[in-house]
Amino acid sequence: MWNKKAWVQKLDAVNEYEQEPIPPNKYKGWKSFLGTYAGEHTAGTEFVIGPLFVAHGASAGDLVSGLIIGNILAVLSWAFFTGKIAVKTRVTLYYLLEQIAGHRFTTLYNLVNAGLFCFLAGAMIAVSATAVGISFDMTMPQLTDVYPNNLGWVLTVFVVGAITTVIAMFGFEKVSKFANVAAPWMIMVFIAAGIAALPRLGVTEFGQFWEVANQTIWTGQPLEGQSKFTFWHILFFAWFCNMAMHIGMADLSILRYAKKWEYGFSSATGVFLGHFIAWIASGILFSLFLIESQGSLTFAPGPIAYNVVGVTGAICVVIAGWTTANPTLYRAGLAIQSINPKWKTWKVTLFVGLFTTVAACFPALVMMLLEFVALYGLILMPVGAVIFIDVYVLEKLGLKPNYAQFSGESLNWSVALTWGITLVLCVALNMFAGIEIFFLGLPGWFIAVLVYIAASKINQKPVVTQKTLA
Amino acid sequence: MKQLIKIVSFLGLALTLLPSVFLFQEVISATLCKQLMALGTVLWFVTSPFWMNKSI
Repeated sequence: MWNKKAWVQKLDAVNEYEQEPIPPNKYKGWKSFLGTYAGEHTAGTEFVIGPLFVAHGASAGDLVSGLIIGNILAVLSWAFFTGKIAVKTRVTLYYLLEQIAGHRFTTLYNLVNAGLFCFLAGAMIAVSATAVGISFDMTMPQLTDVYPNNLGWVLTVFVVGAITTVIAMFGFEKVSKFANVAAPWMIMVFIAAGIAALPRLGVTEFGQFWEVANQTIWTGQPLEGQSKFTFWHILFFAWFCNMAMHIGMADLSILRYAKKWEYGFSSATGVFLGHFIAWIASGILFSLFLIESQGSLTFAPGPIAYNVVGVTGAICVVIAGWTTANPTLYRAGLAIQSINPKWKTWKVTLFVGLFTTVAACFPALVMMLLEFVALYGLILMPVGAVIFIDVYVLEKLGLKPNYAQFSGESLNWSVALTWGITLVLCVALNMFAGIEIFFLGLPGWFIAVLVYIAASKINQKPVVTQKTLA
Repeated sequence: MKQLIKIVSFLGLALTLLPSVFLFQEVISATLCKQLMALGTVLWFVTSPFWMNKSI
């Protein structure tokens, strides 16, 4: 029987330590992070990114070598950037940023951040919806679609969005448990689907795989209207596709629970299962679909997986979408809640879930996922660079870390300028130097570091002197 | 009892993966492969929640 008061009390009791360091008795063991990362990165995005590499004409050699090197760089970033700072501070990105940049900057950042999280979660809800829609023969979106093209699509997205939101409302622990249970099974389905598709591509023994991979699956020829991806595109995409999480420090929210910084290496489960095996498997599935459909423009992960491994594939697409959308919605809720800590986490997540579901109705979120993921990391990266310098470098230069807290200012202009100047220069590099969005994160990080140090030297001098004299 | 449930869970995982290998080797049909994978999925999700999150 529905007991509203009991449920509201239960939801109110969800305490995720958003405004305080994690107490030692709440630290989590490595198993929790293995499951969380494996679940989060063996996810709905993998059903889209793998096929988009095929569409962009990546060759088999470039794909495999680019993914191996890029994934290693991503794991190192998680451990040495995010893990170390998470264990040193034990607070969320939002709480730390408030001390460094002040409340006004954090509010702006949180709104941008939450919006980006919502769009990512929305893409995953859309991916899940393609699988749910199989049961009633829903018209699927096309590679070129921007707007929703039928009512069945909108209704399906809303059902999937509602369920995802309710799960996210119950907080990190529930999400972690769900990811733990689903992760081993999902990776089995990805591997199984890839293997099951091979005979239909002409591979009847494993020795033939590489030849077919080069000639049939990753041919090196982009589809019409798609740009060409090289080794460098693959490497930088694999490294920076989660830039917001590692170098951008969003995963402080997760790794602050870690007993040791080395737990950051547990991200290897996510990247090598999800961003290697799953991308390769989903690429194989998409190549088979392209061949058997004679170049159809339909782009729907649900039916593609269902075609090869039946109902298990469709369920996998649904759950893969959930395991990405859930923690992403949770993060978006945290971002919004930090604007006003008095707001209940579950109420904020409910609002965020509604916004996300509306966004998920637009198929363009899925079709432009590579560009969106790169943009998302780039926008959030400068703040990660600021945190890195603030934690490790400023004191050594005779400057004050956590400057907003020290000075009592609600806006640290050094951080605001760093964010603005870095993004403007990145846009300039893109427009005038022709550097593609996938590569901008690397020069952008160094620009952010230099601007933040220079701005802090100029900005801090008068206040620090005054405070010292006082 | 817990050990028995774990065995059933891992049987579920095996049933999710191995049929595709047998399909690749032309030992079973695509239809049987899909059915066995569905059975494996049910076994995994029915049994794994009883032990997977208990030790965390």
